[in-house]
Amino acid sequence: MRTPLSSVRGRGSAKFGTDDYWVQRLTAAVLVPLSVVLIIFLVRNGAASHATVREALANPICAVLVAAAIIAGVVHMRVGMQVIIEDYVHGQPWSVLAIVLNWFFSALIVLASIWAVAKLSFGM
Amino acid sequence: MSTSKAKAAGGVERPLSPHLQIYAPSWTMVMSIVHRITGAALYFGTILLAYWLIAAAVGPKAFDTAQWILGSWIGRLVLFGYTWALVHHLIGGIRFLIWDFGRCFDEKPRFMLSKLNIVLSVPLTILLWIVAYAIK
Repeated sequence: MRTPLSSVRGRGSAKFGTDDYWVQRLTAAVLVPLSVVLIIFLVRNGAASHATVREALANPICAVLVAAAIIAGVVHMRVGMQVIIEDYVHGQPWSVLAIVLNWFFSALIVLASIWAVAKLSFGM
Repeated sequence: MSTSKAKAAGGVERPLSPHLQIYAPSWTMVMSIVHRITGAALYFGTILLAYWLIAAAVGPKAFDTAQWILGSWIGRLVLFGYTWALVHHLIGGIRFLIWDFGRCFDEKPRFMLSKLNIVLSVPLTILLWIVAYAIK
């Protein structure tokens, strides 16, 4: 049933419509400065010693910005890859399998990276 | 060719919308394709970033191994490509955000922005590597 409220919310029977699109743009905008931060961090520490990397991430601003860049980046790439999958992988079960694997891969990358940044930052 | 497509469409041969090979390449089209390719490359490239961070978190020994692998000539080549993909995708992303606001759709700015993407991304990537080597 189409109530005025449901029309306004713009959600059809799927209950979610533009969420991925919106998240993609939001993370894109946020990644403009954050990826620059990440690039600067990597340029400075790419060939550095272990102690230097630890020291850099011991700085809370640096650690939080790097973590933010990774989280926003992974959310962004999860949506982006799903768009690619939806464009090229047709028919069940492969389309569903690809989308699920995309979720798992993205979750693994973000969890592993954030664990590493946190461990280095806390000096453990 | 069409058996799988026909199956997906419920056993009926449907007309397909024209795809890439139908159109003559243009700057906007090529840069759109490159945006998708660099995006996919960055997706798998996150494995390298995660590996590097984990190695650092595990300890100096694991980190030295990671630095040795990524510092080899093939590692550097991959990282150079990764840097370019990131810079190119970043600049291309800004272009798409401008378009999202409905700006720069006229023929001249549209192609100018698309050309600017590759014109900026290549020298910027080289510059980043020069800086990285200089401060090492």
